[in-house]
Amino acid sequence: MINSLLWTPLAFGIVGLFLPKRATGWWATLGAVATLAIAVGMAIDFDAGNSGLQHTVDVAWISGLGVDYSLGIDGLNLFLVLLTAVLWVGGIAFAAFREQERPQLFFFLMLLAETATLGAFLAQDLLLFVLFFDLMLVPFYFLFGVWGHDRTEEGGPTAQAATLKMIVYTLIGSLLMLVGAVAAAIISADGGQLTFSIAALQQQGLDVESQRWIFWFFAAAFLVKMPAFLLHGWMPDAYRAAPLAVLVVFSGVLAKVGAYGFLRVVLPLFPDASVEFQEAILVIALASILYGSVMAFTQTNVRLIAGYSSVAQLGFITAGIFALRADGADGAILQMVNHGLVVAPIFVIVAILVERTGTEDIRQMGGMALRAPILAAFFLIVALATLAMPGSSNFVGEFYILNGLFQEKIVFAFVAATGVAMSAYYALRLYQTTMHNRVPDGVASREIGLRDAVVLAPLVLCILGLALYPQLILHRTAPAVQRTVAKVRGGDAPEAQLVRAGAHDWEPILTKP
Amino acid sequence: MNFNEPTIDYAGISPIIALTVGLCVVLLSAVFRPLRRSAPGLTLLTLASAAALLIWQWGENVDLLTEALRLDDLAISISLIAILMAASCVLLSLRESAVEQAGPGEYHALLLGSVLGMTLLAQAQNLVTFFVAIEILSIPLYILCAANLRREGSLESGLKYLIVGSLGSATLLYGMAFLYGGTGSTGFDGIAAGIAREGVLGDPLILIGIAMAGVGLAFKTSIAPFHQWTPDVYQGAPTPITAFMAVATKAAAFAVFLRFFVVALGPQLEEWQPALAVLAAVSIVVGNVGALGQDSLKRLLGYSGVAQAGYMLGGIVVASEAGASSLVFYLAAYAFMNLAAFAVIVARERETPFGDSIRAVRGLARERPLLAWPLTISMLALAGLPATAGFIGKLYLIEALVEGDYTWLAVFIAIGTMISLAYYLRVVAAMWMRSGSEPAPGATPAIAGASPEADPVDPEAGRRWYLVGPALLATAATVFFGVIPQPLVEFAERAGSSLFG
Repeated sequence: MINSLLWTPLAFGIVGLFLPKRATGWWATLGAVATLAIAVGMAIDFDAGNSGLQHTVDVAWISGLGVDYSLGIDGLNLFLVLLTAVLWVGGIAFAAFREQERPQLFFFLMLLAETATLGAFLAQDLLLFVLFFDLMLVPFYFLFGVWGHDRTEEGGPTAQAATLKMIVYTLIGSLLMLVGAVAAAIISADGGQLTFSIAALQQQGLDVESQRWIFWFFAAAFLVKMPAFLLHGWMPDAYRAAPLAVLVVFSGVLAKVGAYGFLRVVLPLFPDASVEFQEAILVIALASILYGSVMAFTQTNVRLIAGYSSVAQLGFITAGIFALRADGADGAILQMVNHGLVVAPIFVIVAILVERTGTEDIRQMGGMALRAPILAAFFLIVALATLAMPGSSNFVGEFYILNGLFQEKIVFAFVAATGVAMSAYYALRLYQTTMHNRVPDGVASREIGLRDAVVLAPLVLCILGLALYPQLILHRTAPAVQRTVAKVRGGDAPEAQLVRAGAHDWEPILTKP
Repeated sequence: MNFNEPTIDYAGISPIIALTVGLCVVLLSAVFRPLRRSAPGLTLLTLASAAALLIWQWGENVDLLTEALRLDDLAISISLIAILMAASCVLLSLRESAVEQAGPGEYHALLLGSVLGMTLLAQAQNLVTFFVAIEILSIPLYILCAANLRREGSLESGLKYLIVGSLGSATLLYGMAFLYGGTGSTGFDGIAAGIAREGVLGDPLILIGIAMAGVGLAFKTSIAPFHQWTPDVYQGAPTPITAFMAVATKAAAFAVFLRFFVVALGPQLEEWQPALAVLAAVSIVVGNVGALGQDSLKRLLGYSGVAQAGYMLGGIVVASEAGASSLVFYLAAYAFMNLAAFAVIVARERETPFGDSIRAVRGLARERPLLAWPLTISMLALAGLPATAGFIGKLYLIEALVEGDYTWLAVFIAIGTMISLAYYLRVVAAMWMRSGSEPAPGATPAIAGASPEADPVDPEAGRRWYLVGPALLATAATVFFGVIPQPLVEFAERAGSSLFG
């Protein structure tokens, strides 16, 4: 089942290459929906009480090099897999409703990207993880470069230059990660049988000296991917170049792979280094929160507002992970899903707005709500979720993260808390300037079309659903998170206080000693 | 006085005999008018029978001809790579103007001569056979580079290669003389025994000998800083010959490099390891930086070859079984990747007026998807992206390096790969992406490459089976061994263990 989950998108993509142009969009959507169905099936099958891997596959792949084809699902990746499947349906359906150049190739690459991303989430072999992590880049390189927008008249780079920048940035990290992965395996094998299995490596352990440098090789890869402050140089150009349908999945899922990598690889394999460099990573995370927020409320390009807000949000998620406590990490996973679910509809809405107004500058937008109440309502829900309105699942996620951080590093928590306030400013600014005020000349406010509503409504429903019942995720992630964090803390990890009676009953946490 | 007749293992030298006989037949075929058209066919037949004999000998591990040669899986695998490239070169040379100008019989006979040299070189375990083989390999190539008689670039390339190659050979020979003087033996085993007896530091003769032999080999494998001839020669030579040289020469020279350093100089491992590691690092940096901004695809692949030679040298630096295996794996992968790229370049050279300039591939994805895919995958594989044999090859090398305590060199490979993306992806972008800043294709058909002037343009070259076929097969192999690398890994492991086992 896990195999079919991983390879279904690619199989549909390859068949799609040989279909007539008109049919490929629908065929690809069908492929994404089929993948989603399998993912949902696995989620239903998931045993919430089990902290170990489920649905595992493990066969030798390159026995000479010690690489296994090993996949599995646990609390850490279950919902990220679901998120991937959901957002890809949205992104592909959104693109299928629109005319694409060379559609066969476009949808093939989209589906290849889905397989690569699912592979990165599912891989339980370090090398397989690195392989899928790198493979993700290939389809996005073509998607951004071939279907992207040149920004030369605004003084920006061509799509080609922007993607090259993105690839070089991300591959610096990935290649160092490859060296780090090989080094980790060889050093911990110590002349014995070489293996890249994450579980086996975790058992063998690694000496502190090696952990130190390998930690940074991995951290570099993940921080670039997110992107974190100082390593985000590729982000603005790439976001402006990317086609919006691709950006829906790119910003929704790809950044999470980096954060997920910390949980799946870095904390279990390099526990001592994680403790040692906790504050360094937290500083980077806080810098990302502050920088991302400030940039998000000074930018005027709608894509960049969303892009920089992602930097801030990912900073939050990193901070949650590096609280090195179960509640922080629980919150981080929840927040990864939440953020994916809000940023994807934001880009769909942005795409709709850009089609209506012909500009990406928020100063030239406005008044959209006038004749488009449904669109405005959707946007309002998404904006409120972004700013983590109490009652939204994002609120629960940020609460968990801050809760973890407060108990671990109170100074960092205070700084991080300002990020919550700032997110309100940029989310509301984006909403107000596009939806309210005067309608600019030559722009007509139109209601959202049925085609886009079909894409947007399910995403918004997911946000609402999670807002009502965040336990759905927390309940299933807790055991695996507990296990991961306990390893770092040497077994005495404080257990997360779960919210027991749904999102609106905070009693258990607030009364905690 | 007793005189013992040396035992000759005819089975062991059968591939060499086959190649020699084939060489003579092909050469004679040029004399008889009715047979003139059959040279490519006869060459392929010769190569096929040599390959079959080599495969028959697979698993043998014997000394031949009073220990002048050693037939083992390393030699066989390297010879097979050389033969594969030679066969592809024959296909790519069909309708090549250089063949007509040099004469088909001569052209193909020279090609076979070079393959013969490579087969010998891969087996050489004596300084004398080593040097003779390297000359048998090189001299036909000097001529083949200049085969395009009416083109200045080709003649220049041949002359340059002759002068620089002779310098390399001379250095090598000088080094060999010192080694013989220092150890009193020409056999690799004898040299090892001599060094162990004398100690390398005790005898400056040996040290100078090692250094000069190393430099000579670095010339042949185009390792920086001895690489300056590479881009010029690659660019000027007829493209099928460039394809052959880029892979086969490198493979054979690396085989003897490995055997010479590991077997003959094995006792002094610690002395030469750091020196070679530095050479590898320099080569990676120089090759990758040099390739940036190259507009000629052949020059670009030339510089990329310098960088790739740096990666491969890593397999020798660690002097371990894993290192040797990773080197053989990488060479095999490199053969597939380069073959796909060069087949496309040959096709575009014949059907566009742009020669080997990057312009020739602009918009290829729309115009000729069957050529665009091979070149794209080849570039991505050379850059080491996953799901290609290039990725597994890098992984293998990195594993060998980390295992051999040369992690810093592995980091160099990672950094070099990152730089290399800038130029590999430029080629990919030219094929797939519209470019705003550059003028549209066809606007200025200036002659940017080296080859176009005299070449007859064949507007249908992009559909010819003998160009598209090798390109597609090589691409399929690149992807296949990227997804299911186990068979090739086992092949490489056999080759590696035969040297250390």
